[in-house]
Amino acid sequence: MNYVPNSADDRQGMLAALGAPSIAALFQDIPEKVRLKKGPVLPPPLSEPELLEELAQASAENTSASPFLGGGCYRHFVPSMVKHIIGRSEFYTAYTPYQAEASQGILQAIYEYQTMLCELTGMDVANASMYDGATALVEAAFLACRVTGRKEIVVSSAVHPAYRKVLRTYAKGADLAVKEVPYTAEGLTGDVGRETEDGAACVILQQPNFFGNIEPTNQLADAIHSRGALFVVCVDPISLGILTPPGKYGADVAVGEGQSLGNPPSFGGPELGLFAAKKEFSRQMPGRIAGQTVDAEGKRGFCLTLQTREQHIRRERATSNICSNEALAALAAAVYLSTMGKAGLRKVAELCLQKANYLRRKIRSSSLLFPGAPCFKEFVVKTKKEVGVDLSCFYPELKGWRLICVTELARKKDLDALVKAL
Amino acid sequence: MSELSFPENLKYSKEHEWVKAEGNIATVGVSAYAQDQLGDVVYVELPKEGKELKAMEEMGVVESVKSVSSIYCPIAGKVIEINSALNNQPQLVNEDPYGKGWMIKVEMSGAQDLSPLLSAADYKKLLEK
Repeated sequence: MNYVPNSADDRQGMLAALGAPSIAALFQDIPEKVRLKKGPVLPPPLSEPELLEELAQASAENTSASPFLGGGCYRHFVPSMVKHIIGRSEFYTAYTPYQAEASQGILQAIYEYQTMLCELTGMDVANASMYDGATALVEAAFLACRVTGRKEIVVSSAVHPAYRKVLRTYAKGADLAVKEVPYTAEGLTGDVGRETEDGAACVILQQPNFFGNIEPTNQLADAIHSRGALFVVCVDPISLGILTPPGKYGADVAVGEGQSLGNPPSFGGPELGLFAAKKEFSRQMPGRIAGQTVDAEGKRGFCLTLQTREQHIRRERATSNICSNEALAALAAAVYLSTMGKAGLRKVAELCLQKANYLRRKIRSSSLLFPGAPCFKEFVVKTKKEVGVDLSCFYPELKGWRLICVTELARKKDLDALVKAL
Repeated sequence: MSELSFPENLKYSKEHEWVKAEGNIATVGVSAYAQDQLGDVVYVELPKEGKELKAMEEMGVVESVKSVSSIYCPIAGKVIEINSALNNQPQLVNEDPYGKGWMIKVEMSGAQDLSPLLSAADYKKLLEK
């Protein structure tokens, strides 16, 4: 089957228009030594049925990931509604479309997504989304540096290790310093006081933290603000079904990985960066915002705002290096949240909490790294079994410890079987 | 362009800011030409009071419905006052660029050579090019 759409006559016509007698003449400027003399070595072509057969065989070799794997990418139930709505051709695009205002439906969907994210996090303003949780966290740190005019970022070592790596990479290029606050024996962030003494731009915490523990955040904001720093919290959006939203305990910026909201884990992507802030920081936010407005006839319409600070307009002076959003993943999140509703999201969060803690109670406390810490859906276990995330990859001192994740999808028999296997 | 005014008592930069020097205090804003080119100004971001600026250092940004442009401080010195009225009424930059639309007052550091700045006549010539 040949998918090259032009015929020999078409090619002759194009060559004539270019004034080249042949394809070889067209390419004569390409040096002889860099030319590919023969095609790549590939198996013979297959017919479509043969190809489908081969792909089916290959995919049959896949095994499902451990149901207890988490650490930033989670397996939550995705209602069928999500797939059907985001699959509609009007919506099915990875980015905000060009000529965005011509696509009112997508802009409205993004607007709804932003509104839900604000309600979920308790913040005033959310953007149309970032690439993923890691880049959203970095952008929050950069926002804090712009707002405060300071060059030091303080981050808890109980923040996702991959996010901290991305933060260090970005910070190096921007000539910013990153300081880490060690985690305590209880699996919580240590005292942030000392690290913020020299004038930090922000303090970054994760809630629940990477070990799955719930940080006591209530008193923190005042201490951080009294030093002139901003308070950045990286959230698991599912946990906000029951945990206090960051806006309620004084966070200035809430970021997070939004994959859990209606997006499958796949092989770790595509992901969705959540970004919401207090109103006073709206002009320092990266990315774009879909806004509600009225058209010339006074009818409700939607538009992209704050684009003027993005790369395609401000070039090297842009606020950040993002110049679009994760439109499809954000749409999935919006459809997920509206399908679940407030009660549904709360139920999912409660099931995670209850099932994870059911499993944790069945494990003897000497096998738990932080037996005293309250956990949401993850906790750290000592085991030789290959289950969950091997923490020694990120924390060399935690050899033999693994991060176990339990979502609402875990069945009682899976949990009981795991207890036996451990 | 003929309808835009360029007061004779001000100095102008090639980046379209104006400066009014009185003793060691200078007031800075953007010219009528700049506001006309920008279109409706929706937001003005100014430096913090107390900030030391070098000559032609970026002092903030002006955001209009179609673009965001950097603004530069034509003279070196310390920012002693900013026009906080622009927070809520950024349109003053369009309505009265040399009056209520002023942006910052700078305490000039030492005797400054203002000769690189343009007179109203020279600035008009620059714009006509």
